[in-house]
Amino acid sequence: MGRAEAEAARPTEAERPPFQVRGSLHTLVTLRLLEPDHPALMPQLLRKIAYAPDFYRDAPVVLDVGPVAARPPIDLAAFCARLREHRLVPVGVQNASPPWLEEARRAGLAVFGEGGHATAPNPRPAAVPVARGAAHTVRQPVRGGQQIVATAGDLVVTASVGHGAEVAAVGHVHVYGALRGRAFAGIEGDESAMIFCDRLHAELLSIAGVYTVAEELDPALSGRRVVVSRRGERLVVEPLD
Amino acid sequence: MAKVIVVTSGKGGVGKTTTAAAIGTGLAQRGHRTVVVDFDVGLRNLDLIMGVERRVVFDFVNVINDGIRLNQALIKDKRTEGLYILPTSQTRDKEALTREGVERVMEELKQEFDYIVCDSPAGIEKGAQMALWYADEAIVVTNPEVASVRDSDRMLGIVNSKSRRAELGLEPIRAHLLLTRYDLDRVERGDMLRLEDVVEILAIPVLGVIPNDPLVLHCSNLGLPVILEPKSKAGQAYRDAVARLLGEDVPLRFTKPERRGFFDWFMRRSA
Repeated sequence: MGRAEAEAARPTEAERPPFQVRGSLHTLVTLRLLEPDHPALMPQLLRKIAYAPDFYRDAPVVLDVGPVAARPPIDLAAFCARLREHRLVPVGVQNASPPWLEEARRAGLAVFGEGGHATAPNPRPAAVPVARGAAHTVRQPVRGGQQIVATAGDLVVTASVGHGAEVAAVGHVHVYGALRGRAFAGIEGDESAMIFCDRLHAELLSIAGVYTVAEELDPALSGRRVVVSRRGERLVVEPLD
Repeated sequence: MAKVIVVTSGKGGVGKTTTAAAIGTGLAQRGHRTVVVDFDVGLRNLDLIMGVERRVVFDFVNVINDGIRLNQALIKDKRTEGLYILPTSQTRDKEALTREGVERVMEELKQEFDYIVCDSPAGIEKGAQMALWYADEAIVVTNPEVASVRDSDRMLGIVNSKSRRAELGLEPIRAHLLLTRYDLDRVERGDMLRLEDVVEILAIPVLGVIPNDPLVLHCSNLGLPVILEPKSKAGQAYRDAVARLLGEDVPLRFTKPERRGFFDWFMRRSA
């Protein structure tokens, strides 16, 4: 084919420089390494990813090696390869001491500054105080294959959420219509987050990592107006009418 | 002002090309200059269904890439006044289409026609996205079954986000539901979804309900748009759909069981 395409491409090449350099700001997931050699690290990490797979899929990850900076570095190249196997994309290190910096360079990772993060030095993340209120309002039906994430506060959808669609929020998820897809509330660990919907036909419900699938839902609740909340390690679905 | 209408579905085999041929023919019958454009590069079917396959010399891809003039590629329909077909290439693939090329051809067609009906390929990839890129309105062809409805929902998401209108922040594409192969007996038995169920899931206005009709296949094999067959119920339903597309208020037909006539009653009684 080439010829016709090459001809079409030529004039644009002449007019436009081949690249532009621009600064940009991004929110990155930080993986704080507390016990990098611990055998349970990968399995536990995978379990965490399983709660919100789309949130983590191909997500750029910064490795915070602050807590282990005094120890000799691990083989970061091998560690990164394992992360990539699970579709996490390690991009750099943070809080590294000189030996860790050397190791990071060998693994092809960028070096980040300290960064402004608020994490508890605890493998089980404590509930983060969350801004309430509708940060994100959607008035159109959310169609299959679409994914809507409210990265702060609540998500309000004033239409239906289709099969195969995903709605997620740091706070509550409200659906004023049928919920036929998947809903994730409290995606940053807020266990008090809830899911509300007018007609429950959800494929999956998840609050702060605890989830349930359609098959496990009480058929009597199908099509009902419900609120879903988390009690301990399980989800409770209650009718609202 | 010329209107660009894409006939799309996501799922294959639901009746897109049949619909594009019928709606295009119907619009021309109503006196609007209309062209039907085949976007299914590599799987050329539109010219076959419209009975012009023996007259194809140049095609859509030649116009985009090879400096062929539009008038050399357009085929004038012999049965319906004011109807033209822009066939596609059998030997190339979807990569042969570019947004710039499609836009240029569409702009040129808009100078000459009132309606440009784009027959989309199945799927949600490049080919389908090219077909809907320039559209003002979308006809989402759906069969009354779960897989088709889900794919239509997925397609609606793409219609809302991946079009020229969406990217330029213009008024969104107006989407219409066209339910095809509607078989009342199977709906009554619960084998097929009811019109109401499909509308509830897709939440878009209904352009028409086309009953399941053996004449559709018969006409396709003959290269005759079904709307030209007066005996066909599907043809009648397509005529209604065209009227609705033109803004007329036409009640839906073929969506409720027909009342049994005296003859049926008599036959039953004497049986």
